[in-house]
Amino acid sequence: MARVALDRVRKVYRNGFEAVKPASFEIADGEFLVLVGPSGCGKSTLLRMVAGLEDITEGSLSINGREVNGVDPAERDIAMVFQNYALYPHMTVRRNIAYGLKNRGMAKDRIAAKVQEAARMLNLTEHLDRKPSQLSGGQRQRVAMGRAIVRDPALFLFDEPLSNLDAKLRNQMRIEVKALQRRLGVTSIYVTHDQVEAMTMADRIIVLNAGRIEQIGTPSEIYHSPASVFVASFMGAPPMNLMRGAIETGAVRLSDGTALMQAPAGRGGAVTLGIRPEDVHVGEGPADFDVALVEELGAHRLLHGEVAGQPFTAHVLKDSPLGPGRHRIGLPAGALSLFDPDTGVRL
Amino acid sequence: MKRAGFANPWLPVLLLLPQLTIICLFFYWPAWQAVRSSFFLEDPFGFGETFVGLQNYTRLLDSTQYMKNAWFTLWFSAVVTALSLGIALLLAVKADSVLRGARTYRTLLMWVYAVAPPVAGFIALIVFNQRWGPLTEFFAQFGWEIRIRLEYFDTAFAMIVASVWKQVPVNFIFFLSGLQSIPPAVREAAMIDNRSAVSRFWTVTFPLLAPTGFFLLIINITYSLFDTFGMIDTILRNNPGDQPVTLVYQVYLDGFRGQDIGGSSAQSVVLMVLVLALTVFQFRLVERRIHYT
Ligand SMILES: Nc1ncnc2c1ncn2[C@@H]1O[C@H](COP(=O)(O)OP(=O)(O)O)[C@@H](O)[C@H]1O
Ligand SMILES: [Mg+2]
Repeated sequence: MARVALDRVRKVYRNGFEAVKPASFEIADGEFLVLVGPSGCGKSTLLRMVAGLEDITEGSLSINGREVNGVDPAERDIAMVFQNYALYPHMTVRRNIAYGLKNRGMAKDRIAAKVQEAARMLNLTEHLDRKPSQLSGGQRQRVAMGRAIVRDPALFLFDEPLSNLDAKLRNQMRIEVKALQRRLGVTSIYVTHDQVEAMTMADRIIVLNAGRIEQIGTPSEIYHSPASVFVASFMGAPPMNLMRGAIETGAVRLSDGTALMQAPAGRGGAVTLGIRPEDVHVGEGPADFDVALVEELGAHRLLHGEVAGQPFTAHVLKDSPLGPGRHRIGLPAGALSLFDPDTGVRL
Repeated sequence: MKRAGFANPWLPVLLLLPQLTIICLFFYWPAWQAVRSSFFLEDPFGFGETFVGLQNYTRLLDSTQYMKNAWFTLWFSAVVTALSLGIALLLAVKADSVLRGARTYRTLLMWVYAVAPPVAGFIALIVFNQRWGPLTEFFAQFGWEIRIRLEYFDTAFAMIVASVWKQVPVNFIFFLSGLQSIPPAVREAAMIDNRSAVSRFWTVTFPLLAPTGFFLLIINITYSLFDTFGMIDTILRNNPGDQPVTLVYQVYLDGFRGQDIGGSSAQSVVLMVLVLALTVFQFRLVERRIHYT
């Protein structure tokens, strides 16, 4: 079990590219932390610095209070699951799982027992003598998990471990991985570009954008009070509606002048308004919503169209009679997010 | 499996004919001739031949010269193959950590491969020149006076150096691309699982290079046995005396210089059997055992 702390950890690659801007955060013992962000934002770089596979340019990384910047990856008491599984192709499943234990000088019979236990936990018992090439994607994924859990590490690191699986298997493995982590109680850092994975698995989420931490928070905080326009549009499907608006004559208004709520004190001028599609009241309210298209999703429907000349999406129940055309909508003050239109930062 | 059919059954034969003709003319026919004449004693002036059964073969076994050269060939092959592969692997591993995918270097290194064997021999003559060869001078510092074409061992040494020098780049290229085709994540997983870089090399990197290695093993054995002919000929300046020669060179000596067609044919047959054995080894053992993906 481990606490992990990053103090202004920064990464500049040899070509001068700053992949991770100084990042500071702490991970509590047993916590499941998800690093999420678009491709190329520096998630893997950050994770690999924690693993020791990439040098830390500046700052300090400590595990359980001990700075580990210069410590060999094999000595950090971590286990990592890679995107392409990174199994040893020439070894059987059994040897793949046992490899890390053998190199740490564990006794043969203890290794055998641990491998058996992990295999049972992951439904791999019948496949122990196969080579990775003889396994399906989901089974390989399990072997990679097995290789990590037999080690009883202080820290699990996952780099997009499910992104090579098909959608159905991914949903199933998502639940399995999370359940396994709960059961073992091992502190984990999980990297993904999939915001659904982030929302469903995380105790806490870190949203990264272009090497910078945009927000750290619980899934609910991230979803309901995004710290920036970037977080608002990245997290959630469909994303938060974002519209140009202004604070004028004591009220927050849409760009067509419709007043939505009382202005917060000491603010004026242009703002960006944000509201989640499911927070919109469709049917009554001050604004007009021109619906162009109804998207049927079975459990519910999405209405797509325009509000004050800007794209807008609202969420309605499956038995809603509303179709294309003009409808009144209400945007409850409690559900509105206001952002600075220049910096994108939440006001 | 779907079978493609030809409207005219003679068409495939016709299409294969040029290839078959070449194989028959330049491979099967000479091979058959060699096998046939290895059972005959031929008059050097072309006035007929006498069937002598296995006598040409037993003569080989009785010849101290032949057995000596057979041993030399064995050692020469083993040393050249081991050194060419070993040095190339070492260089490739070192290069791999520095040049990730730098193609220009690879192409430059490949040039040595394009050097013709006699030229390699000629270069060996220069660097081992008794009066001013740089390698001769180098070894003279350690009290070893190299006299190629006079001292049996020194000649063998020069032949080995020239052969290895010429073969290392080829092996290097193959090993390097073999190394670079190992997924980086696999090596990184190993870095987390195993702290010793040496042990990682032998348990992960080396086994993953095995397909490349076995392929190169066959290539190198074949090279040291056969392709070194031109180099040896240049070093010996067509005048072997009692200096070491490989079996292939011996075939040439006895057949073309000694006019002993029967004996030389028997030697060719021995070499053919050797190649056959190598081929069978490659297909049976290697192709079956070393296969991943
Ligand atoms: N070895 C490297 N040298 C230079 N730039 C790199 C290197 N590795 C990654 N990068 C760059 O750093 C950025 C972050 O990469 P990465 O951490 O892999 O992103 P992510 O995992 O979020 O997709 C990318 O823009 C990538 O091009
Ligand atoms: Mg990545």
